[in-house]
Amino acid sequence: MALTEQKNGGRPRALFPGWLTATGVTVGSVAVTMLGLLFVTFIIGRVMPIDPVLAVVGERATPETYQQVYEEMGLDRPLIVQFGFYLWDVVQGDFGMSLLNGRPVSEDIARVFPATLELATLGTLFGVLIGVPLGVLAAVKQGSWIDQVARVVALVGYSMPIFWLGLMGLLIFYGILGWVGGPGRVGIFYVDVVPSVTGMILIDSVLDRNWTVLKDAFSHIILPASLLGYYSLAYISRMTRSFMLEQLSAEYVTTARVKGLSERAVIWRHAFRNIRVQLITVIALSYAGLLEGSVLTEIIFAWPGIGSYITTALLSADMNAVLGGTVVVGLVFVLLNVGSDLLYRFLDPRAK
Amino acid sequence: MSETLTGWRDWLLTDTPHSRSQARLSALYQGWLAFRRNSLAMLGLAILLFLLFVAAFAPWLAPSDPFAQDLANRLQPIGAEGHPLGTDSLGRDILSRLIHGSRITLYIVTLVALIAPIAGLIVGTIAGYAGGIIDMGLMRITDIFLAFPRLVLALAFVAALGAGIENAVLAISLTAWPPYARIARAETLTIRNSDYISAVRLQGAGPIRIITKHIWPLCISSLIVRVTLDMAGIILAAAGLGFLGLGAQPPSPEWGAMISEGRRFILDHWWVATMPGLAIFTVSLAFNLLGDGLRDVLDPKSEK
Amino acid sequence: MNAFSKLMSGAALGVAIAVTALPAGAETPANMLVIANRIDDITTLDPAESFEFAGSDVSRQVYNKLVNFDPMNLDAGYQPDLAESWEVSEDGKTLTFTMREGVMFHSGNPVTAEDAEFSLRRAVILNKTPSFILTQFGFTPDNVEETIRAEGNKLIITTDKPYATSFVLNCLTSTIGGIVDKQVVMEHDQDGDLGNLWLKTNSAGSGPYKLVGWKPNESVTLEANADYYGGAPNLDRVIVRHIQESATQRLLLERGDIDIARNLNPEDIAGVMEADGVKVQDELKGRLMYASLNQTHPELSKPEVRQAIKYLIDYEGMVNSFLKGQYTIHQNFLPLTYLGSVRENPFSLDVEKAKALLEEAGVDGLELNVGVREAQERLEIAQSLQNTLAQAGITLNLTVGTGKQILGMYRARELDVYIGAWGPDYPDPHTNASTFAYNPDNSADAGLTGILAWRNGWDTGGLSEKTDAAVVENDRDMRAKMYQDIQAEFRETSPFAIMFQQIEQSAMRENITDFSTGQAITAASYWQVTK
Repeated sequence: MALTEQKNGGRPRALFPGWLTATGVTVGSVAVTMLGLLFVTFIIGRVMPIDPVLAVVGERATPETYQQVYEEMGLDRPLIVQFGFYLWDVVQGDFGMSLLNGRPVSEDIARVFPATLELATLGTLFGVLIGVPLGVLAAVKQGSWIDQVARVVALVGYSMPIFWLGLMGLLIFYGILGWVGGPGRVGIFYVDVVPSVTGMILIDSVLDRNWTVLKDAFSHIILPASLLGYYSLAYISRMTRSFMLEQLSAEYVTTARVKGLSERAVIWRHAFRNIRVQLITVIALSYAGLLEGSVLTEIIFAWPGIGSYITTALLSADMNAVLGGTVVVGLVFVLLNVGSDLLYRFLDPRAK
Repeated sequence: MSETLTGWRDWLLTDTPHSRSQARLSALYQGWLAFRRNSLAMLGLAILLFLLFVAAFAPWLAPSDPFAQDLANRLQPIGAEGHPLGTDSLGRDILSRLIHGSRITLYIVTLVALIAPIAGLIVGTIAGYAGGIIDMGLMRITDIFLAFPRLVLALAFVAALGAGIENAVLAISLTAWPPYARIARAETLTIRNSDYISAVRLQGAGPIRIITKHIWPLCISSLIVRVTLDMAGIILAAAGLGFLGLGAQPPSPEWGAMISEGRRFILDHWWVATMPGLAIFTVSLAFNLLGDGLRDVLDPKSEK
Repeated sequence: MNAFSKLMSGAALGVAIAVTALPAGAETPANMLVIANRIDDITTLDPAESFEFAGSDVSRQVYNKLVNFDPMNLDAGYQPDLAESWEVSEDGKTLTFTMREGVMFHSGNPVTAEDAEFSLRRAVILNKTPSFILTQFGFTPDNVEETIRAEGNKLIITTDKPYATSFVLNCLTSTIGGIVDKQVVMEHDQDGDLGNLWLKTNSAGSGPYKLVGWKPNESVTLEANADYYGGAPNLDRVIVRHIQESATQRLLLERGDIDIARNLNPEDIAGVMEADGVKVQDELKGRLMYASLNQTHPELSKPEVRQAIKYLIDYEGMVNSFLKGQYTIHQNFLPLTYLGSVRENPFSLDVEKAKALLEEAGVDGLELNVGVREAQERLEIAQSLQNTLAQAGITLNLTVGTGKQILGMYRARELDVYIGAWGPDYPDPHTNASTFAYNPDNSADAGLTGILAWRNGWDTGGLSEKTDAAVVENDRDMRAKMYQDIQAEFRETSPFAIMFQQIEQSAMRENITDFSTGQAITAASYWQVTK
């Protein structure tokens, strides 16, 4: 989690004339990025001192079994050829089989990604709904106690080791108080009760009009989502504050005030309006960060998401699963970035 | 005595500096005055100074040997005789381990804070200054590393090289440099075409000289703010790796690894995991408070 | 400090009281058994391929074998299951099983000798990891047509040597002996894989439960087979849920969200014993914890150094602290309850004696590279060893990694010392004898990486021949005596410091009865459980 914050760095760079060229360049750069991502992951997988064959055959295998599997996995071919074959499959949407459970990786990802999506979305929702007002308030009342409280709240959020906070949260709210559901996505008797349409239990249960499952699923997601939401809140509120400060000190705000506009109108209709584009970029980044799968949160809450999926796969040298997971996460990240860039261009009058 | 002090103060606060160094020192001093008014930031600074002190004098401050095991006295509670913060699963003194662990934390933070921004600075300024195909290439590489799930990249790297503090440092640096490259590049782009650089170029300075002597100094302040704000993230990342068993190796008293060891007892012996948790929290909070204060001082946009 | 520590211990007490005063949570449904277990080791559910603990647990519910263990009376040894009876030929090489009549697979197909023939041949032909359990009898993909064949309602198997009958039958009780539904499996054959891909995630058995679904790292769901030949199971549905953390399992158990927690650590076991409505059941398992010394290392190959290290391990201290209740001191390669197992544990921590031995060997100060995998109890054992060996001037540098990483180094003879665990593959003494005390070719080129003695570069000093002799001895008492002798020599000469045998502590709700983890000889079973 700690690694996911603050990925920001700059403005969109491609300043080519014409929508078409811009789109072409965007698509091209996404493709190059994805190709590079794949290649780096592939190489990491190959230089890992974990023997993928051993991962499959186990510790008691005879040399013959070992050799047989080695060849089955195509490891006797040159590296670049292996990468070529892999790329060809990926282009066709085939991520290969998981070495560990013998299932198509795409199936696994279809199962674990919605779990992360659900968690990240709810977390970001918390972050936005609380973080943005808090940031605006802190900026408006700069230097007041509200600003100080908001600052401390945010900085504490940045500083807390989530694996510790998660364990304590679980102990207190589930173990002692019993206010929330325990680890996992739903209670044991609700597993597989609603048909999986989106893979997100909150939505599936609404589609199925099964309110009991919805309630149960909500009681399970609320704690991890709040924790992730807290991180998101910390980031979003700090960024909102600094964007707002910039606007509030601008001349047009002074002019508006002089013209006798109400403070409320100045803040929301003028200043806030002007920061929403920047804010969207920030929110998108924070969302992308959560979508990468917060490995530690997922481990502690027994949440079968993509973060813990990739980690488990990595530690057992299941490289097809690692590659597949990384590609999906990378793609989501890149697309969110591109999306917020486009939105930026669309909404920001200066960029038009 | 006080006269000399006042003299210095006046010299530093003058509106008409007589030399470049006086102007620079003056700006620094005024920044310090602004910073000093921020009590939260001062608190952060105080905590970090305390940490430095603890790390420097760890062997003298620690009540006992951080590695000495005593299986008969394991999992002693807080306030047990001779063990103010209790003992861990192997009967080692938690306070002593925390004190010695501060050295590891500082070591990791310092190394990452040196490696990542410098790597980012080099890549970013070269890309920004050279432009064209070099810029394209370097920024694509940056994008690739940005698009990587960061903990996964760090994990993969550590898994490939083997667990250990040095490798954890490299892994974290590997995930941390791209944002610095972007910042440095953005700064370079705004500086590159300024009259000032053109003038330097006309005097016959080569690109290497321009980048190292003229562009780098201008990028530093925005990088410093960013580094301080990232410190907490670095500490948490190192602790996260330690928690997953891929950071410092036993019996090293790295704080993240201590939480990891102690989490098994969280229900009955909560302090074993909580004490290192609090230590991590305190230090990363201190860095955040400091960074937040520094940003207000160094980044003129945010405070007026 | 004092006021602070008072405050903190007050808070601790508050937490402790609050934990013990947990309100009763929701109860699991009366017809359902919910188990928390670590099931991330399951890679396949095909009985010809499955070789992990959690996978064997599933397999035991789903598949019957020719002979099997009764969970209510494990001490009785193997019992008839799908084979009603068997006969041994005079030369001791041919076993003829008579199949039980009237047993049906979940599909409704009858279980026949042909299915048994297919299942065993299939396991040999597929040649997956556990296939050695069968191929050690001389079966090969080329000769199975003759060595494993069905005639009417009889299955006849012919081995290459007159092995002890108990040895052969014990092997057939392991997961690879599971009998699959030939017709259903062949319907799912893909490119001649004998249904392997399909069986990884589906089942075609005749056991008390059928597989509903397996979600890797999440859960396994089983549904009762009402037509089970031994009578329908008591509980209609079993859900095994993957919960990694002990603390989490405990919280779930105390709140009544699960019925059984299988991976509680000693501290959490101590904790749940205080809780209302929870009990703990101890069962001795077959898993051994050991440290081994690489004999290609010039100093470690000295007999005195080997013995010295065995005296530098704090066996008592460890089982009384962080291993409390979950391991017992055991210094022999055959786990207790196995034929030929012994209770002699001559070694204890004795630094002076060790120092004298080291001096005798002329060793003064030694630095060793130790491999251990990332698992808490092993790390603690490693750190304890680090501590006690240092007292005699031996420095241990730990290399910690994932299981696969460390294993790779171990198999390549790259480690000086390995600290790890070993679990028997089938409930016969040969399983451990053939890996600890057997090494037909110690040369580096031989690459016998599956054998522990080879991995440590130990030629066994004549124990290999004794192991070969013991496995064909048909007199039970004589055979037991032979293993006892091998172990007596092994304790003194081997580079293995065997330390502990595992005790599995299952914590469960008080209303659960008759749950069995299968002790040291087999996997867990659920069908006899009531609640």
